[in-house]
Amino acid sequence: MTGVLVSTTINGDAVQFACPTDETLLDSLRNRVGLTGAKEGCGTGDCGACSVTLDGRLVCACLVLGVEANGREIGTVEGLVEDGKLHPLQEKFIEHAALQCGICTPGFLVAAKTLLEKNPKPSEEQIRYALAGNLCRCTGYDKIVRAVQAAAKEMRKK
Amino acid sequence: MGHDTNYQDREFKIIGTRVKRPDGIDKVTGRAKYGADAFAPGQLVGKVLRSPHAHAIIQKIDISKAEKLAGVKAIITSADLPDLTGSNRGMTDILENCMARGRALYHGHAVAAVAAIDEQTAKQALKLIKVTYKLLPHVTDVDEAMLPDAPIIQDFVLQDGKPSNIAGISTFGHGDVDAGFAEADVIVEKSYKTEQTHQGYIEPHACLANVSSDGSGELWVTTQGHFSFRVVCSTLLGLDMAKLKVTSSEIGGGFGGKTHVWTEPLALALSRKANRPVKLVMTRDEVFKASGPTSSTSMDIKIGAKKDGTITAATAMLRYQDGAFPGIWGMLGAMTAYACYDLKNVKTVGHDVLVNRPKVAAYRAPSAPMAAFGVESTMDLVANEIGMSPLDFRIKNAAKEGTQASYGPVYGPIGIGPTLEAVKKHPHMRAKLKKNQGRGMACGFWFNFGGQTCVDLNIGPDGTVSLTIGTIDVGGSRASLSLIVAEELGIPYDQVRTNIGDTASLGHNDTTEGSRGTFSSGMAAIFAARDAVGVLRERAAKMWDIPVDDVVWADGVATATGAKHSNLPPLTLAAIAAKAASTGGPIAGHNEVVADNAGVSFASHICDVEVDPETGSTKIIRYTVIQDAGKAIHPDYVEGQFQGGAAQGIGWALNEEYIYGADGCLQNTGFLDYRIPVCSDLPFIDTQILEIPNPNHPYGVRGVGETSIVPPLAAIGNAVSHAAGVRMTHIPMSAPRILKAIDDAKA
Repeated sequence: MTGVLVSTTINGDAVQFACPTDETLLDSLRNRVGLTGAKEGCGTGDCGACSVTLDGRLVCACLVLGVEANGREIGTVEGLVEDGKLHPLQEKFIEHAALQCGICTPGFLVAAKTLLEKNPKPSEEQIRYALAGNLCRCTGYDKIVRAVQAAAKEMRKK
Repeated sequence: MGHDTNYQDREFKIIGTRVKRPDGIDKVTGRAKYGADAFAPGQLVGKVLRSPHAHAIIQKIDISKAEKLAGVKAIITSADLPDLTGSNRGMTDILENCMARGRALYHGHAVAAVAAIDEQTAKQALKLIKVTYKLLPHVTDVDEAMLPDAPIIQDFVLQDGKPSNIAGISTFGHGDVDAGFAEADVIVEKSYKTEQTHQGYIEPHACLANVSSDGSGELWVTTQGHFSFRVVCSTLLGLDMAKLKVTSSEIGGGFGGKTHVWTEPLALALSRKANRPVKLVMTRDEVFKASGPTSSTSMDIKIGAKKDGTITAATAMLRYQDGAFPGIWGMLGAMTAYACYDLKNVKTVGHDVLVNRPKVAAYRAPSAPMAAFGVESTMDLVANEIGMSPLDFRIKNAAKEGTQASYGPVYGPIGIGPTLEAVKKHPHMRAKLKKNQGRGMACGFWFNFGGQTCVDLNIGPDGTVSLTIGTIDVGGSRASLSLIVAEELGIPYDQVRTNIGDTASLGHNDTTEGSRGTFSSGMAAIFAARDAVGVLRERAAKMWDIPVDDVVWADGVATATGAKHSNLPPLTLAAIAAKAASTGGPIAGHNEVVADNAGVSFASHICDVEVDPETGSTKIIRYTVIQDAGKAIHPDYVEGQFQGGAAQGIGWALNEEYIYGADGCLQNTGFLDYRIPVCSDLPFIDTQILEIPNPNHPYGVRGVGETSIVPPLAAIGNAVSHAAGVRMTHIPMSAPRILKAIDDAKA
């Protein structure tokens, strides 16, 4: 088994880790960097619980290799809080009870943040399609969509 | 305790408000620790080898090569676990489901497990284990499994003294159904099938086991019942119950699937053998193959009615598969089938049938959705035959206070009638439908459960309150329980924190199932708070040096009553807590209770669908859930349960199913092919909470978590029938099945 040293940026911090070449970015983040916010729900890119950004693009960390992070910028749910303040999406998810068990929440937040960066005023349908790669089994998505709508509104005020 | 649990009508101050949940920040920041998020120094990775065959004798397991692989620290097979054959059958079944003994009973049945220094090594070791199988004939269909020449799954299951796959036959009902059918003007008989579905929680089963050489151990696990896991795991492994500390992680969904042990005893056994911590996380593929799905079913429903809409007789012959081990799923189907109705003559028979599939586990109101599909579809057919609206037909026959339920008991105040009246008034029922659209409605019932519960309430030196509970929180119950304590003590919500205790910190609590979390821990929290109020009054009396009878507790302060004490300013909880050291020590309240008489729960759902006649594809256009909550402690999380259950029901109705090949192997073991509803599949799900107090809970609370999955299959079936003119009798109503039904109807 060959280990490779990976130099990357995670949530703005320079980070180095060594991992085998066949290890997923998700395993590297969780087991080597110690960031367990991204979750493994399937390992096959179907559930979105491991959603992170790679150079600003939304990806499933279970479908990216750890070594692919080299020289790139990774964003995870742990990076959503800025200056000790929750991101409006985080605020609205709590306020609207948009989580029950919460296992899918980190993935939804990262995916929704990516959506709102591209489209500050998404329609309900656009929100539903943008989040269609993130599975939630508890909520029926109702309160999640409402929370994203409320966060988008809040962010437009700023 | 009986009378203390009675409902008392009262004005609430903060019950029913939509406060923020205490674990919210942890869960939106990634800080919350779930099953797979724990780490122990020196931990090994556990992996399980599973049978590639549906049914096979395990002739030999050769671990010699795997053992020699560098980094492999322990390998176990059934030979490393106690042989419980001939002892308690239930425990034997649990253990033999965790690890096959002599025979693999389903595709995915565990045959060996490995602990190694890392994931790669563990996976490589699995490949080096050589298992010699002798294939046996298999059966995965419930009807085929009941045929006389079907392969026998379990030798100990007998019917009339002969080996059989029918593990149980349960009959319920009253009256004389033959006489009832003879009185009927209209009789409809119909057969239905439903396919097997999985709870589909997003978090796979995960645990971290750590057994020391002195026989003590710790288990960190995602579970609905850490106390029950302690009982089962310590019994299976011969550990002292008090020496095994089980801690429930945050739980990433359960819906009944995390009420059972699957790999946890294996992780403990590996840890004991390796003398190191072992983390064992199931893959999604393993979750589908080897953790409890719900039953597939086959059933015959017969309902007779008079022209005025009175049901004269009703029967249900239900066949539920249990997987490879006996369960109670057919029995529960037979109990729930007609629970919504007031019937003079009713008979239901539930068969529990063994097949070569994974051991069935509870899935949210287990067994009720399938029986309701058959019954509620047939209700619409009967209504159509007699020319009555399906809604009025249900209202006419709805159970009410005093009705003898088809499963035995006589109902107290219940919500089926009110939910149906609410359907009648709901604007959804008057909304215009477009071409290819149809509307359906259906009712559902669930028993709810209470069970053994205990809580500790501790008042800190600063006057903040900590409630320790033994039920788990899967959807906001910590917020609800903090609300209850704040209400009882008359203090702000933020002054209370609810935590889940491990098995070393509290007495036994039954598994969090049967929608019991907020109901039963809520009941115990009320009594613990009242217990603490008694102590607070005593302490205030001591501080004032007056008789305790002259002290009342209201609005978060102790007040001295009577003219003599009018000069004494009230004492806050914080002021009393600050003096605890000199008035008798720490201030606490406790309660242990068997929370009996959980109020039964009813719901009625309305659903609009649009069916594409060219593809058979069905879209949910509008969905409304109306359910009796008894009392909604935190309405957001009550609505969340209604919406979540409806969404799971929608997935079940239209899409989800276990697909088995002719080889008896499960073909769709991932979320790509086992497709649960995604965000773009669903509309907003409207909810209406009714509050018909449960007479057996101080606040009137009924469990709310499960009933919402019961009506959707039939509500959607009825809507599809209205939209496309075809009566679907096979769940899921996938596009190909609907298209075939449309084509068949044309032919």
